[in-house]
Formats: sequence, structure tokens, C-alpha cells
Amino acid sequence: MNFFDKALGSHAQALSLQSRRSSVLASNIVNADTPNYKARDIDFKQVLKSSQGDMLKLTGSKSGHIGSSGSGIKGSDLKYRIPLQPSLDGNTVDLDQEKAAFTENAMRYQTTLQFLTGRFTGIKGALKGE
Amino acid sequence: MGLLNVFDIAGSGLSAQTVRLNTVASNMANASNVSTKEGDVYRAKMPVFASVMQGVNNDSSSQGVRVLRIEESSLDASKVYDPGNPLANKDGHVYQANVNSIEEMANMISASRSYQNNVEVMNTAKQLMQATLKLGQ
Repeated sequence: MNFFDKALGSHAQALSLQSRRSSVLASNIVNADTPNYKARDIDFKQVLKSSQGDMLKLTGSKSGHIGSSGSGIKGSDLKYRIPLQPSLDGNTVDLDQEKAAFTENAMRYQTTLQFLTGRFTGIKGALKGE
Repeated sequence: MGLLNVFDIAGSGLSAQTVRLNTVASNMANASNVSTKEGDVYRAKMPVFASVMQGVNNDSSSQGVRVLRIEESSLDASKVYDPGNPLANKDGHVYQANVNSIEEMANMISASRSYQNNVEVMNTAKQLMQATLKLGQ
């Protein structure tokens, strides 16, 4: 782990995961009218934890190894939503729920960006030594 | 990159909903079509949607939507007695297009709402990307 990884903490990974989650939720919204489509989501906490675990495991056993970015969503991380109101065509997308989740994810993304900006400001301040 | 995928996904939704709006417009325009023979009359059309893998690495997390095919309604064309019509057959009957205007109106509203949803998703993704570009400035 280099200096920047330590300084930025888990925020960088969280940002990457949140952007991946936004595409999963966008898929749900866009398929709101598709017959037999099943809405999916990721368990954010669990995936973030496991990707951090991967990162610790993969930090080079030999010189020349490139560490994994550890932020990919594997197929097994995607979970199906339990439908509240299943429709006749087999579609399980609840548009209100998905829109709320998408907006919430966008807010979290912006929060993470704010945290990262704070960290960068801190590093800049330390470098200038003013 | 997840956020760039969002544009592809929402974009596929926009084009699919546009096709749906087009079929609605076509159905409404041809709602009062009549014909001499039952086989020749206009039949209501509707698109069938299917999800499709999106993005460069084909990961299953991002699925767009596409129009699989356009189906024609299997409802029978209604036979109307209209002897004054130049298209009437020898019994004085014409066959009318099997378009249900009320159904089409509901379909149109549903399509336009879905379109708006996708535009909103795209806008949010755009704002997030712009905020990311300003990171550290």
C-alpha cells in the first residue's frame, strides 16, 4: 500500500463501486417494461468489504506484480430483488424503488467525492507547509 | 467504467421507447383504416422488449434494452355495415383496423414516462461525471 492508498482510505474503492452500482440500477430502470426481467442490486457493504480483502491478498507476492484494483462486481455479487408487487409479465422492477435507489446512490457518490476532495486538500496543505 | 455504461444503458432505453412511441403513432394514424377484405386491413403493431448485455467487457451487471421484434395484434378486425363506403364488399360490409385507441393512449403515456425516466438517469450520470472531473481542483 503506497502513501496515496493510505491517505485516501476506502473512499477511492467506494467511489468505483458506487459508479458500478449506478449502472446496475440504470439497467433496472431501463428494463422497467421488459417482460421477464428480474431487478437486481448489489449488497454494497459486503462487496466493499470483500474487495478490500482481495486488495490485501493481492498486494504483490513478487516484485513486478500489479495489485488488483479490487473494485469489480462479480456475477455472484449481484442479488435479485424480492418483488413487492410482481406483475403478470414476470417483470420485478418497482420503478419508484429503483429511482429512489438511483438517487440515493448518486448522493452517496457525491458525498464520497466530497470526502476525497477533503483528503486532497489536506495533502496539498501538508505539502505546502503553510 | 460504470458511469460511462450508464449512458449506453439509458441510451438503449431511449431508442427502445422511441420505437414504442412510433408504433403508437402508426396505430393511431391508421385507427380508422377500412378495407374490403379482412386480410388486407391494418393490424395494430406493438414492440416486444428484451434485455441485452451492454458495455465493452460484456459483464452481466449492465443490461440495456432492445426491441426484439414488432408483433401484430391477433385480434379480429371488426366487420361494419357501411354500404355507402366505396370500399364496401357486395354485402355492404367493410373491415375496420383492430386498433384500440384507449389502449394506445395509455401505451403512449407509459412510453413517454419511461423516456423521461431514462433522460433523468442520463442527466444524473452526467452531473456525477462532471463532479468527478473537478475532483481535486
